Amino acid sequence: MSKYTEDDLREELKTKEYEYGFYTDIESETFPIGLNEDIVRAISKKKEEPQWMTDWRLEAFKVWKEMTEPEWANVRYKKPDFQAISYYSAPNSKPKYDSIDEVDPELLATFEKLGISLDEQKKLAGVAMDVVVDSVSVATTFKKTLGEKGIIFMSISEAIKEHPELVKKYIGTVVPQKDNFYAALNSAVFSDGSFCYIPKGVRCPMELSTYFRINQAGTGQFERTLVIADEGSYVSYLEGCTAPSRDENQLHAAVVELIALDDAEIKYSTVQNWYPGNAEGKGGVYNFVTKRGLCETNAKISWTQVETGSAVTWKYPSCILKGNNSVGEFYSIAVTNNYQQADTGTKMIHLGKNTKSTIISKGISAGKSQNSYRGLVQISPRAENARNFSQCDSLLMGNECGAHTFPYIEAKNKTAQIEHEATTSKIGEDQIFYCNQRGIDTEKAIALIVNGFSKEVLNKLPMEFAVEAQKLLEISLEGSVG
Amino acid sequence: MDLKEKLVSSFLAFENRVDVETPIHDVRSEAIKTFEAKGFPTKKDEDWKYTSLKSVLKSDFSVFPKQENAIEYTDVKKYFIHDIDSYKIIFIDGKYSSHLSQTTHDGIDVCLMSAALTKPKYRLVIENYFNKIATKDSLSSLNTAFSQEGAYIHIPKNKLVEKPIQILHFSTGNEAALMLQPRNLVVVDENAHVQIIERHQSLTDNPVLTNSVTEIFANKRAIVDYYKIQNDNKNASLIDNTFINQKRESHVSVHTFSFGGQLTRNNLNFYQNGERIDSTMKGITIIGEKQHVDHNTLVHHIEPNCESHQDYKGIFGDNATGVFNGKVVVEKEAQKTNAFQANNNILLSDKASINTKPQLEIFADDVKCSHGCTIGQLDESAMFYMRSRGIPQKEAKALLMYAFSNNVLSSVKIPELKQRITKIIATKLGVNIGFDL
Repeated sequence: MSKYTEDDLREELKTKEYEYGFYTDIESETFPIGLNEDIVRAISKKKEEPQWMTDWRLEAFKVWKEMTEPEWANVRYKKPDFQAISYYSAPNSKPKYDSIDEVDPELLATFEKLGISLDEQKKLAGVAMDVVVDSVSVATTFKKTLGEKGIIFMSISEAIKEHPELVKKYIGTVVPQKDNFYAALNSAVFSDGSFCYIPKGVRCPMELSTYFRINQAGTGQFERTLVIADEGSYVSYLEGCTAPSRDENQLHAAVVELIALDDAEIKYSTVQNWYPGNAEGKGGVYNFVTKRGLCETNAKISWTQVETGSAVTWKYPSCILKGNNSVGEFYSIAVTNNYQQADTGTKMIHLGKNTKSTIISKGISAGKSQNSYRGLVQISPRAENARNFSQCDSLLMGNECGAHTFPYIEAKNKTAQIEHEATTSKIGEDQIFYCNQRGIDTEKAIALIVNGFSKEVLNKLPMEFAVEAQKLLEISLEGSVG
Repeated sequence: MDLKEKLVSSFLAFENRVDVETPIHDVRSEAIKTFEAKGFPTKKDEDWKYTSLKSVLKSDFSVFPKQENAIEYTDVKKYFIHDIDSYKIIFIDGKYSSHLSQTTHDGIDVCLMSAALTKPKYRLVIENYFNKIATKDSLSSLNTAFSQEGAYIHIPKNKLVEKPIQILHFSTGNEAALMLQPRNLVVVDENAHVQIIERHQSLTDNPVLTNSVTEIFANKRAIVDYYKIQNDNKNASLIDNTFINQKRESHVSVHTFSFGGQLTRNNLNFYQNGERIDSTMKGITIIGEKQHVDHNTLVHHIEPNCESHQDYKGIFGDNATGVFNGKVVVEKEAQKTNAFQANNNILLSDKASINTKPQLEIFADDVKCSHGCTIGQLDESAMFYMRSRGIPQKEAKALLMYAFSNNVLSSVKIPELKQRITKIIATKLGVNIGFDL
């Protein structure tokens, strides 16, 4: 048998179409394209929101109009035309379902194709799913179980109606409307998202999860997530994404706000597998996300992400370590292939005393992709005994891709202890040879080595996600022999 | 009138004093236009995010010193590495001092830029090398526009220069505030070897701003060791732009010792145009008060099988600020590159701060690139060990800090210079020990 060469692999990879590229035909109610004050009002009205929310959105819109798109990131793309996007689309079968059987069967079939059928999920994992298809929450499960514990887990539009006091108190406290261009846009036009509140001292018994999907052609998705962990509580939140294959670029500008009050802990995990565009770099999702968490005294926020999709990723899940003894963690794997571009990393802002942060970032670039780590570790003058450890490793496959590291470290306190290290390398020929010798073919060997390279991060994912993530890594990297 | 306007308008006066009919002057005219368009960098420029020139630029600098000033050797002897024989190129307020200098044309050229720019026998070298690698950023352009004086060093093929070359710039303080723009050119031909020590020294507390550009060309298998001593007065600021172009198998090392000055900015750029090149850049920074030192390094790996090593140590006390901005770029063709970058810092005071940004931009896959960066304190247990053996706190601390920076000193190849640096470190740390334990 002839040797399975690099070229064979590359060829195979090229022809490998996006597995989840299909399109659900649900009658959608879509707003006309374009954005102005009336559209913002209309979105708010459609969602039957109270006046304060409408005002809040309008305020954000006003700020957004004055802002310009940021250009500092190490990515190149055609700027989206914000007047050519429809800012609201909802699946037509709008009424709430009491049971899963009432959900549009076509939609259920979609999820089944993704391998995450609600039924299966319900039975298998004990995961409560707040399924978001095109911005409106259509199914919420396990609500009862959670309700008994006093946990509120619902779509944010419901929360605005049912728990306005909580939403009003916390929304925009971590990511203010005028934080950045995309956060402002999101604040003005967010269509839906998830809201979660864990009461004092409650340990959430199950992993909470949401699936986002961009479904309707030409609709931007503007999710807003707000997670509040009250004193002494614990929650693990999962977010996973797959999007259908679309040729025009789709924009995703989500905002995620986490608030961990005293002694609380939030674990936020993401697996992102949006359509990355085809082998020529055509199409794909633009992912411009603002994620930030605030830690009060003794609180802990842990971000874990596996980024394999999107044509352009621009994402920096951050922790503001405001309280004393608070802890921030960031574990990330970013994989780019073909013409994908990723500029991702984290910010750890140490404000309180004895705060600790850990950053583990693994970047894997293949094809003609560009993968950048951009991170900030900031120690304020009052942050006594702050501690940070950062590690950024990059793996390059082929000589047409790039790996970049831009760590910013700013220390203003003499007791700070900061360590940063970064390495860039390729998969060693000797490692592959070792595997080949033992009868493991090159492709499997690469999967094995990449898995080992990413292990530190994969281990941090909840079980349900770890399996999927591992599979994703293999799919995204097949055929990219170094 | 702000400094930018003043500089642009004084360019006309400058033109009256130099020969404007040469190709060099076209380069100058082009450069002043670039500077006029770009102006001084501000904090909005990513490369100047942590360093503001604002406070430095507000003095009313005189651009051309009015008169020639002389100083006695005995007054400034301490600024020389005087216990070794060396070539010396000395400038006082930007003017060449033949009285203090010791230049040569015997086999090698160790002389002046002003001579090189005007005399026909240097024409070929100037045409081939002058302003060929200096970037077109605003400060380098400003220097190019006013380039007239500085050191010119040309070492021909197979020549090993026995004595180091010292370049010293003194400012006497006869002007209320003085801006200097020395321009140096170092060309080292095949197989040649040279050692150069550069120092800028202000003799009074009057403000001095030096915007220096040095271009170094290391041809095939050349070896260049360049040492920069920066231990100036508290009102002296230095913007040092150094550009190094390396050909195959050449070895260039630049050591920067920053112990003082109001603001020091080192732009150190290495371009590796050939295979099997070795580039080393190391630095020790020990500052206090309100001093500011910014190291901005770039290593551009263009061809395969090259190495680069960076090692910068910083100790910051009082209200001092340190910046390290290191960038390693590995081009697609530069396979088998081995690039290493380390930046270690110690903060001694609550008001001191350090901003560091070690960047890697890598486009080749078969490379070994790593960087490490730490910010921390002195090891408590090591302190305790020494204290328990009767070493006083101050000395123990100094020993630890010396040990911390010793990695950089160990690669200094001139023993007398090493001793001198050790002495400066001891003074800086306020102890009277030799560290030769």
